Amino acid sequence: MLLETRQLSRTFGGVHAVDRVDLAVAAGQAFGLIGPNGAGKTTLINLISGHLRADGGSVLLDGATVTRLAPHELTARGIARTFQGVRLFKGLTVFDNVLVGRHARLRSDVVRRLVPRRSRADPDRERAMGLLERVGLRRRAGALAGELAYGDQRRLEIARALASEPRVLILDEPAAGMNPSESGRLRELMRALVAEGITIVLIEHDVGLVMGTCERVAVLNFGRKIAEGSPAEVRASAAVREAYLGAEDVA
Amino acid sequence: MDAIADFLATYSTTFAIVGINALLALSVWLTLYAGQLTLGNAAFMAIGAYTSALLGRHLGAPFPLALAAGAVAAAALAAPLGLTVFRLRGVYLAIATLAFGEVVRVILLATPITGRGQGLNGIPPKTELWHIYLSLAVVAYVLWRVQGSIAGRAWAAIREDEVAAASQGIAVRRYKLAAFVLGALLAAWAGGLSAHVTFSIDPNDFAFTKAVQILVFAVVGGIPNVLGPVLGATVFTALPELLRPFKDYRDIFQGAILLAVIIYLPRGIVTLAELRKTRRLAEIGAADVA
Ligand SMILES: Nc1ncnc2c1ncn2[C@@H]1O[C@H](COP(=O)(O)OP(=O)(O)OP(=O)(O)O)[C@@H](O)[C@H]1O
Ligand SMILES: [Mg+2]
Repeated sequence: MLLETRQLSRTFGGVHAVDRVDLAVAAGQAFGLIGPNGAGKTTLINLISGHLRADGGSVLLDGATVTRLAPHELTARGIARTFQGVRLFKGLTVFDNVLVGRHARLRSDVVRRLVPRRSRADPDRERAMGLLERVGLRRRAGALAGELAYGDQRRLEIARALASEPRVLILDEPAAGMNPSESGRLRELMRALVAEGITIVLIEHDVGLVMGTCERVAVLNFGRKIAEGSPAEVRASAAVREAYLGAEDVA
Repeated sequence: MDAIADFLATYSTTFAIVGINALLALSVWLTLYAGQLTLGNAAFMAIGAYTSALLGRHLGAPFPLALAAGAVAAAALAAPLGLTVFRLRGVYLAIATLAFGEVVRVILLATPITGRGQGLNGIPPKTELWHIYLSLAVVAYVLWRVQGSIAGRAWAAIREDEVAAASQGIAVRRYKLAAFVLGALLAAWAGGLSAHVTFSIDPNDFAFTKAVQILVFAVVGGIPNVLGPVLGATVFTALPELLRPFKDYRDIFQGAILLAVIIYLPRGIVTLAELRKTRRLAEIGAADVA
């Protein structure tokens, strides 16, 4: 397994946001994570990406325990993510956002820059441009990231995450705020990434998108994993239906 | 020719102070560019000033060595201090570094070898104008190149969003610490130069007001590029001289200019030609300083 959680837990006050969750994501898989609002999906990936400390349990990447590592160390080891609320460097250009995303793969250039030479082709810049091309933002490369439309911001965040050449890409509701044609293109992008060997963990409320992209889906409710299996199995699960109906009753 | 010589002679101290203030403004630029408000640079300046002056006096250390020793001493103190204070953010960070400055001042006031409240007198005037302006040229060039480097982009990213920066693989604490330590080094170097211009130093030269003054130079000049702090320091050091004929109104003029810049050019004098970008940045709610 490329990415695993074992009995991973986190409480806030008395709330069990994530409660003894076991996950196992195989390399090259697209893995879906669904559940009603407040189920603990975002908390779970914050634990995996090092942005939150676990109260108990562990996270394993390629068999090695990475539970206590800081976010930047996890990025260096191949975990990249996007944020539910979109966290771009708003005042930097679209292009610079992607370059910063490459930070983990770059070696310091300060000394080199002190002695200016004629500029050679820079593979990192070309790569960043290539990623922008891929998400359809090449023409906006010089704009400020904060000026982009919402759907474009989400795509830029994905390009920035890809710049670190991740083994696992975690997407927290990437289709939120996208129109149907945009989310269609997102689906194509995710499929292409999986075909290239990148493992994807996808959190999404758009159940159609999850079922159409992921081979395996886990369902969270009140911090517990209540079901896991193929999309068809999950859809058939009584526990899942109850969780969603229950949530709708409250709403 | 005589006129020029006269001019230089009359104003050489002013030129010296302009250059030193520009160095100080650049020292705080480092942390400001990374989005961190620190107010400890007057204290690091003091450490550079006292260390170099005392080494020269008691050990007969050559001037460049004395300056370097002061800078290294400040950096050596900044490292552990930075590890502690960068647990804090925003105003808490500002107050913690300000408190450090007060501690340094009180220690200087109480220590016999630093001359207590009298400070040190009779410091030999070893600083030549070219020492100052060569330092400034080198520092400005290096910082300009660093700004466009991977490290410079990392600082900008930290300023815009720390959580996202960490998520891109940036060791946020380490980068903040590097900015802080380099700033301390630079402030102490400037302090050493200034001690050997002014003949005497005392603890109150490096108090709260000095820390704020350094900050004003940098912010009013502008953080988006390294010319900003240099410009800010120049304007606000030369202005009192230029306004000498209007002695009674001098402070009012200066206050008015400060206010006008902050209100109409919030990113500093250096962004005068970039008002459109300033407006765009404000609209999208980007981090304010750069
Ligand atoms: N930083 C926090 N402090 C306190 N409580 C929190 C915090 N983060 C999350 N919670 C709580 O933990 C629970 C899980 O929240 P989480 O954001 O992980 O859910 P989610 O499944 O991502 O929901 P959504 O679909 O709305 O994004 C919720 O009850 C939430 O209120
Ligand atoms: Mg969420």
